Amino acid sequence: MATHALSPAAVPAYRGGIYEWLTTTDHKKIGIMYVINSFLFFLVGGMFALLVRTELAQPGIQFFTNEHVYNESFSIHATVMIFLFIIPMLAGLGNYAVPLMIGAPDMAFPRINALSFWMLPLGGILLLMGFLVPGGAAAAGWTSYPPLSERGALSSPGAGQDLWIVALILIGTSSILGGINFLVTIFKMRAPGMTLFRMPIMVWTILVTSVLVVMATPVITSALVMLFIDRNYGGSFFNPETGGTAVLYQNVFWFYSHPAVYVMVLPAMGVISEVLPVFSRKPLFGYKAFIFATAGIGALGFSVWAHHMFTTGAVFLPFFALMTFFIAVPTGVKMFNWVFTMFRGQLTFSTPLIFAIGFLTMFLIGGINGAFSAAVPVDFALHDTYWVVAHLHYVLFGGSVFGVFAGLYYWFPKMTGRMLDEGLGKVHFALMFIGFNLTFFPMHMLGIKGMPRRIADYASTAGWNDWNLLATVGGFLIGISMLPFIWNVFVSLRNGKVAGDDPWEGNTLEWATSSPPPPYNFDRLPEIRSERPLFDARHGLVAHDTNAPREVEDGQKAIGAGPGEGREGQA
Amino acid sequence: MTGAVSHGDPHAAESGHAQRGISNPILGMALFITSEVMFFSGLFAAYFATRAANQPWPPEAFGELLEPLSLILVATIILILSSFTCQFAVWSIRKGDRAGFIRNISITFVLGIIFLVMQMYDYSILFGEGMTLGSGPFGTTYYTLTGFHGAHVFGGVLMLGVVLYRGLAGQFSAKHHDAVEAVSLYWHFVDVVWILLFSILYLV
Repeated sequence: MATHALSPAAVPAYRGGIYEWLTTTDHKKIGIMYVINSFLFFLVGGMFALLVRTELAQPGIQFFTNEHVYNESFSIHATVMIFLFIIPMLAGLGNYAVPLMIGAPDMAFPRINALSFWMLPLGGILLLMGFLVPGGAAAAGWTSYPPLSERGALSSPGAGQDLWIVALILIGTSSILGGINFLVTIFKMRAPGMTLFRMPIMVWTILVTSVLVVMATPVITSALVMLFIDRNYGGSFFNPETGGTAVLYQNVFWFYSHPAVYVMVLPAMGVISEVLPVFSRKPLFGYKAFIFATAGIGALGFSVWAHHMFTTGAVFLPFFALMTFFIAVPTGVKMFNWVFTMFRGQLTFSTPLIFAIGFLTMFLIGGINGAFSAAVPVDFALHDTYWVVAHLHYVLFGGSVFGVFAGLYYWFPKMTGRMLDEGLGKVHFALMFIGFNLTFFPMHMLGIKGMPRRIADYASTAGWNDWNLLATVGGFLIGISMLPFIWNVFVSLRNGKVAGDDPWEGNTLEWATSSPPPPYNFDRLPEIRSERPLFDARHGLVAHDTNAPREVEDGQKAIGAGPGEGREGQA
Repeated sequence: MTGAVSHGDPHAAESGHAQRGISNPILGMALFITSEVMFFSGLFAAYFATRAANQPWPPEAFGELLEPLSLILVATIILILSSFTCQFAVWSIRKGDRAGFIRNISITFVLGIIFLVMQMYDYSILFGEGMTLGSGPFGTTYYTLTGFHGAHVFGGVLMLGVVLYRGLAGQFSAKHHDAVEAVSLYWHFVDVVWILLFSILYLV
């Protein structure tokens, strides 16, 4: 038996263009909508970042009319980037790729999948509507610690903070439903032969991420609900005046928000773990070690939340510092996986690989300065300074965002049937890489020199002027770097090189179907006998099934062929 | 809802892929309950933190209101009973006994509604005594925890109503009753949360 021929289900009745997209339950269309929606919010969040950088370019208040607008800007910047860009963007890539990678026709619950998506633009609009209400949008930072976020004349009197809470509950619910959907899909919908330890790494990282989402996101929902009760019904969860505990919010909040860091980075690690082997012409070095490292990061992720709270004096410092150091171990394992995948490989420096290397180098810096800050005395010195801002951007921008773009360049041909332009892609990378380092490396210096985060103004004599100006220039360079990307997408959609089924000679099942794939995904699947079924198919399953009877079906594609046939197809 | 190769693939059965183990809706419900457990964990953690910071607990003004041997004990027994009848309904439909299934799921549905009515009555008494969400940490935690539990009971009653309606329409059989299994899991979860809530609010 050489192939598993899959006869398509009944083709749905045709519905007109926009109506089809608005009502679709196809994971590929939903995935693409996730990506577009997230990218739009990326631009919105980027605008707010540029407003913040413009204000900080020079000492004094010159750009905003008052500091409150500045507070709104950095709060909405962070909230949008985390909850409406990185998390849903990676969920969107997963939504597109996971069913294809495991040989499934769709997600387990297609309608819940559509619901998960549509909650996102709704949540985003609610969040941004804060700018229209009296008192303005949420301005207590993305962490919204009480008492800053409590209702009070000096804290957050307006409805903007309530809109922020409701938006985050909606987005969180969308994440939870998406996580459940991913888990059921991965556990129940795999094609024959696709055992757990033959799944692509991307699927493994989505699996671990989904566990984190399902276990951690409800906890922040509970924190938000309590904050809402405090603000609107006179509750006293977090208000010490009436017997509440302010640190309680921080505990519950970070119990979600630290695992959320791994929700934001694990799928990006999955993306580059797909990209690096393909463009190095080698299997991933240490496939199982990588999986165990991913699971290890996920498990340890639940025991480190209080390293955000060292200076509260309310947490057991040695435990949380030690557990935080431990996280560096599985992360270090992964660095070896990636570096040794590339070592002695036949590297093709296409845009996805370049972005993956960007991830590797920048995430390395972010990881090292993170482990550095995990030391309690260092953290006491650097807490709430720009050092932290530098660290988190090296992880979430240098890591996740570079990984996102690696994934976009990698899967764009599959999504659209067209290749993105390599030249424009490299210009995009160069501008973004230089801009990123110009923006965020100086923030290390600012942090060490003692500049606190979330301030609109600083003394011109503090010695922070030059680094701030440099960071602002870099910020605008990042903004400019999006222009070649957007131009690239529009040009390539019309005139890009036709991709064909498998432009990169990929290893995983999504490249076994047409580009873009049909609604039911696969006409037939190759045999799955390893984590690289397409490699096996191209090279004729040399290592496997040598005694299997040969079957030849006329007109069959090489990838669907049995032992030996694929080799002829190659020649 | 069957797997990748279920439609028209003659090899699906022999490769052991089709419908093995737990079904998609039941696994989905189990994962949803996991997330609900974590949601209540957050609220319970808040309860214990607030309680530890406020002694004596309950405050003297409300101390005698929370008498365990009262209406609330009856409500607790009713909810626990409904968990049993729910399980009887599951066992009935597994054997294909539709009449027994309808009977038991109807009783569960009614018991759920009685619990909600009793909780509302309990709230009206407490409101009458001046205990509100805004009357200090005790009122805040009491209403938040029992309120969210009540909301979940309400959701469960809606689900039971849907299952009852579909059962009356003859949509369930010994082979096809995933919705019943999933709803009963949820109902047991709601019951367990209440037992924990009753213990920490009234007994400990």
